[in-house]
Amino acid sequence: MTSAVSFARVSRHFGSVRAVDVVDLDIAPGEFFAMLGPSGSGKTTCLRLIAGFEQPTSGSISIFGERAEGVPPYRRNVNTVFQDYALFPHLNVLDNVAYGLMVKGVGKPERQKAAEEALSLVRLPGYGARRPSQLSGGQRQRVALARALVNQPKVLLLDEPLGALDLKLRENMQEELKSLQKALGITFVFVTHDQGEALSMADRVAVFNDGKIMQIGTPEDIYQRPKTRFVADFVGSSNVLPPDFVQRYSGQHRWGSLRPESIRIGRAAKGDGVAARLVSTNYLGATTRLALDVDGLRLHAIMPAGAALPKAGEAVVLTFNRDHLHLMDEPA
Amino acid sequence: MTLTAAQAKPAPALLPRARGLRGALSDLFWRRPKLLLLLMLLPPVLWLGIVYIGSLFALLLQSFFSIDEFSGLVNREFTLKTYGDLLQAANLDIILRTVTMAALVTFASAIVAFPIAYYAARYARGRWKALFYLGIMLPLWSSYLVKIYAWKLILAKEGILTWLLAKLHLLWLLDAWLSLPIVGGNSLSVSSTGTFIVFVYVWLPFMILPVQAALERVPGNLVEASSDLGASPGQTFRNVLFPLALPGIVAGSIFTFSLTLGDYIIPQIIGTSRLFIGQAVYSQQGTAGNIPLAAAFTVVPIVIMGFYLWGAKRMGAFDAL
Repeated sequence: MTSAVSFARVSRHFGSVRAVDVVDLDIAPGEFFAMLGPSGSGKTTCLRLIAGFEQPTSGSISIFGERAEGVPPYRRNVNTVFQDYALFPHLNVLDNVAYGLMVKGVGKPERQKAAEEALSLVRLPGYGARRPSQLSGGQRQRVALARALVNQPKVLLLDEPLGALDLKLRENMQEELKSLQKALGITFVFVTHDQGEALSMADRVAVFNDGKIMQIGTPEDIYQRPKTRFVADFVGSSNVLPPDFVQRYSGQHRWGSLRPESIRIGRAAKGDGVAARLVSTNYLGATTRLALDVDGLRLHAIMPAGAALPKAGEAVVLTFNRDHLHLMDEPA
Repeated sequence: MTLTAAQAKPAPALLPRARGLRGALSDLFWRRPKLLLLLMLLPPVLWLGIVYIGSLFALLLQSFFSIDEFSGLVNREFTLKTYGDLLQAANLDIILRTVTMAALVTFASAIVAFPIAYYAARYARGRWKALFYLGIMLPLWSSYLVKIYAWKLILAKEGILTWLLAKLHLLWLLDAWLSLPIVGGNSLSVSSTGTFIVFVYVWLPFMILPVQAALERVPGNLVEASSDLGASPGQTFRNVLFPLALPGIVAGSIFTFSLTLGDYIIPQIIGTSRLFIGQAVYSQQGTAGNIPLAAAFTVVPIVIMGFYLWGAKRMGAFDAL
């Protein structure tokens, strides 16, 4: 099957900065694909390469099997939801949504009907006459989405689309985006620095760092079986365990990762386990995050709310299921 | 150590007032901010209100007086006779010529200014931006008269432009243009074309700067969004860039249009002997001694600019401000 988007050894350099460094990538049609990474990791540049705002320094990019290098953005059937929405301030909402159809020469009644439908799709019917400046952040976000979707793109690119929304709205939009994608069957490529967002929405996630892809896989793969220390640390702040520590429990001299929620805490007096000292507790509502010190190694554990906790500074023992100790590919 | 020293002598919660008149004034202005505002605004309001608006009003008043044709004295009785004189064919000719020139100069300035302003707003950074401002502002720092006389030499028959065109074997083009009625003449420096060129040159900075300021406020991602939605560069210009730059173009055109309407030095030094409004005012109040008619002439640009601003506002040119 032809990939929706395919990168073959793509690099994009800005002077001496390797924003994207030899990236290989295949995104399947109809997939909800997330690009996850810290700022400056190259994920947004990858998105801009797909949109056509950037051209690769080397390598080739195909969109549904067609080579895309040198093709300007306006000749790509790919649309973008911009981070700050980029709505046209001098046009009302309906004209904003109808813009793509207008420049393609679709007649006024027809494009306004399509724009109305797109606004209904994002649950903003009847907002057409307003100006973007009269809308809230969440509403602007929906208008930007409608403006992209009305063109029925082959691939929809979303650049940190939920970044500017408050928590409650974010969670609602996450669900909505997910169901919208399922209903429309359009390939979504989603850039985010929020690992929770990537894990909860995407079919597959690519973790970026320093212009390279560290790991591609399903959210479960990425979360449970990180391949490198970076992925383990970035996705859900796993405990990264040094090879010497890992050898004691698995017999193998390799880097390991252990999820905070896999660690159990007991009183020092009873039971065997790893001797540790509780450094601090951090109340998070549904859970409490504990910082532990094991011979100078800092580990984190997460306890459900309401569990009886030792005091900071007390000696504790920690235990974990050895099956949960994940060994990483990264050489020791 | 310093901390303990400070603790030894605790600081008061409220500090004493600064000594003398300065301290008293500072406190007074802080308590009555409107007093300070009044003091700051009074000199400019007096200047604008009495000296400027007042004398303008006195001038307008003059236009409703008339001149006694035998004695040459001003008859201080209200009449519309002077406005009747203003509407004579010869005077209407002057008005029409001036307004046409102002419109053409404005149009040409906008076309020349846009690419320069666009480059400065979107691409120039750091040192190049400083160079841009310097390049635009530098001509404004030198004397207006010096620039115009320099252009007189450039455009003269023996000037560098004619020489350059001769070297390029394009003299026939210049001759063909100069042989045309109205725009032509003996040489560029005594033709309406010459007047036009110099007007555009002199007023160009007043168009570039507001357009650049308007373009500066257009986020770059709007251009990307337009392109992303399928608009070719031409469509992006028409549908996004131009509408958003329009307030700047209108602001610039107010300068170029009104400055051309009122100028009397450029058409006197460069161009034909046919008069512009400014020259008519100059000769009526000077050699002819007809102050009422000169005053009536000055009313014309004011009325035209009034209509111009009203029209621009109706077009929504100031909406984005």
